[in-house]
Amino acid sequence: MLPIGHYLFLSMALFLLGVIGVITRRNVIVVLMSIELILNAVNINLVAFSRLYGDVAGQVFALFIIADAAAEAAVGLGIIIAFFRNRETVLADEMDLLKW
Amino acid sequence: MLDKVIFYFFAGIAVGSAALMVTRRNAVHSAIFLIATLLATAGIFLQLRAEFIFIVQIILYVGGIMVLFIFVIMLVNLDVALLQIKFARQKWVALVVTLALTAQVGLLFWTTGKMPGQGFPILTAAPVNRLPPNAEAVAKSLFSSYLLPFEIASVLLLVAMIGAVVMAKKRT
Amino acid sequence: MQAATQATLDFLKLYWAPLLCGVVIVAVLPLIVGYIVLVERKLMADMQARLGPMRVGPHGLLQPIADAVKLLIKEDIIPDDADKLVFWLAPVFSVGAALLAIAGLAFGPAFQIAQDLNIGILFVVGISALGIFGIVLGGWASNSHYSLMGALRSSAQLVSYETAAGMALVCGLLFAGTLNIKSIVAAQGTQGVWFGFLAPVAFFTYLVASIAETNRAPFDLPEAESELVAGYMTEFSGFRWSLYFLAEYTNMIVVASVATTLFLGGWLRPFANVRWLNFLDYLPPLLMMGIAGYCVLRMPKQPTRVQQMFMLAVAGLCLVVAMVLAAPVLLPFVKPSLKEAVAPFYAGIHGGFWFIFKVSAYLYFFMWLRFTIPRYRFDQLMRLGWHFLIPLSIINVLVVGVALIVGSYFNLQGWALLLATTPAAIVALVAALAILSIDQKKQARQAGTAATDFYAG
Repeated sequence: MLPIGHYLFLSMALFLLGVIGVITRRNVIVVLMSIELILNAVNINLVAFSRLYGDVAGQVFALFIIADAAAEAAVGLGIIIAFFRNRETVLADEMDLLKW
Repeated sequence: MLDKVIFYFFAGIAVGSAALMVTRRNAVHSAIFLIATLLATAGIFLQLRAEFIFIVQIILYVGGIMVLFIFVIMLVNLDVALLQIKFARQKWVALVVTLALTAQVGLLFWTTGKMPGQGFPILTAAPVNRLPPNAEAVAKSLFSSYLLPFEIASVLLLVAMIGAVVMAKKRT
Repeated sequence: MQAATQATLDFLKLYWAPLLCGVVIVAVLPLIVGYIVLVERKLMADMQARLGPMRVGPHGLLQPIADAVKLLIKEDIIPDDADKLVFWLAPVFSVGAALLAIAGLAFGPAFQIAQDLNIGILFVVGISALGIFGIVLGGWASNSHYSLMGALRSSAQLVSYETAAGMALVCGLLFAGTLNIKSIVAAQGTQGVWFGFLAPVAFFTYLVASIAETNRAPFDLPEAESELVAGYMTEFSGFRWSLYFLAEYTNMIVVASVATTLFLGGWLRPFANVRWLNFLDYLPPLLMMGIAGYCVLRMPKQPTRVQQMFMLAVAGLCLVVAMVLAAPVLLPFVKPSLKEAVAPFYAGIHGGFWFIFKVSAYLYFFMWLRFTIPRYRFDQLMRLGWHFLIPLSIINVLVVGVALIVGSYFNLQGWALLLATTPAAIVALVAALAILSIDQKKQARQAGTAATDFYAG
């Protein structure tokens, strides 16, 4: 195994790219995808530390994060579809009313 | 050496396609590049001897979640995607935030490199080679130490499933 | 530079065998797929009282090569409005996933590319599931309504049937207690009974789900040529189209191999543990000899000289295979001291034969179904998946778990385990049918009041 720094650096790069995506993109679906990218970056860290310390717990938590990502994607996409039915848009800027 | 080559190969693909994913205009292209990133990450998991996470990543993340994403993009995507302005107005804010984060982490790495033995000790720690590389270890840990979180996760998934169905259902 | 050369050498030294196998598979698989297609056309012709391809070679034996040449020299058309990148990527994705899945399979105790993969069968299933992206993206990229409909149908169908197939696999894995392919087959060897007998409901579920997953008739809705003009493949032609074709047939081989490994005893001979049935070892060489004899018998009826020669060549090939199969069985009689030395060759060669034999039988069943049962309607397909197969497979996992506990309580082994699993299978079937009938009554009441929307969300 390479020194852990390599993995941390990769994870950081993916995390930052995800953050950029979340903040800048207008399309809500792409924002959701960026969130998936962030979660994935976290997973790299967990698995790398699990290997470093020889403890399988890190991998178990990576599993939980993947399950969480699945739940988030299902609910998020459900909301997007419901919103699209009502407003015919998926742009974050146009989601500016609390109720209509 | 071989380790290094494999790592840089997958890391390069992951970072490159993540960057493309954030910048592509078309949502389907974004999704494809995200798939590439996820597959490259799966490769890195495999290099870390986490076979089970590797296959869960491929089955669940790539084969499940991303199919859902592409399905929804196809349902939702009007042809207007190409006409839109790609970025929101707050891109300068984003730049500042990411620069600050980069600076922070860079400082961390820099200080660690400068003062060995101090600062952030994990970066230089030697890896322990006693992890049993198999699915059984994960299963044992999951169903003994982490049984309660596992059950909570299953409840979470159930709630998410019901929520998604209610959300996406047409009101009649 | 020095270090890079060293690393490459090390890599080659470690992994030369898998690399070689990979290259051989990628090179040979198109040929095998071509001949599977030929067999399928011949079968179709037989069932429809025709002759099928007869012109190229004796009985059309060279037809696959002619087809391949035709496909390769066809013009490669990309529609103007298509998304070029995705259009290029989609077939590659499909074929890549299908070929990569083969890496995890074991075609006999000796032949496996990814040796002793810990996650064995999960690897095969997970990687082959990626092929869906090829279909979905291809349908989207060609920018045509038929293709998009095909892609949407396909993704809905694959996602729904994957659940049932996964649950069926879980059922089989409960008996094996491991994911490693070699250990699964070894478990069936020690128990002396194939898991297909112990878990008949799971086998049935996997059979149906695997047909749906490979988009074969009667579940070939994504490419229904009479309504969607070939669905996601409408805009593809020439080489790209043949890549899709290759992926589809490779996927068939993959699902057949998974079913063979898990439910049909892998590379074990039928009744591998029963002593007095050892004469079954003579069956493979005798079969090949029979084919060779038949070819020689038919030779004089061929119209031209070249075709007669070709027939003889086929007969010779079969004879060589028969000799290879017979050698490890007959050698110990000639020289009893060789028995130990010959054992691994016997296991490898005969294991490979039985594995390929079972996979062929599974594929034959696929083709038989294709020419017998008419295509389902899409809502019928979805109802079959969600209202029957998924409840059935989930209930089955539960009752099989209970049956296993009961079996271990009474210390049942091998065939005796059937005492526990047969009632379990009956319970699962009855429960699933009850759910289906309740559901159909509800459907009948609702019919006419509301049209069902199967694309919703």
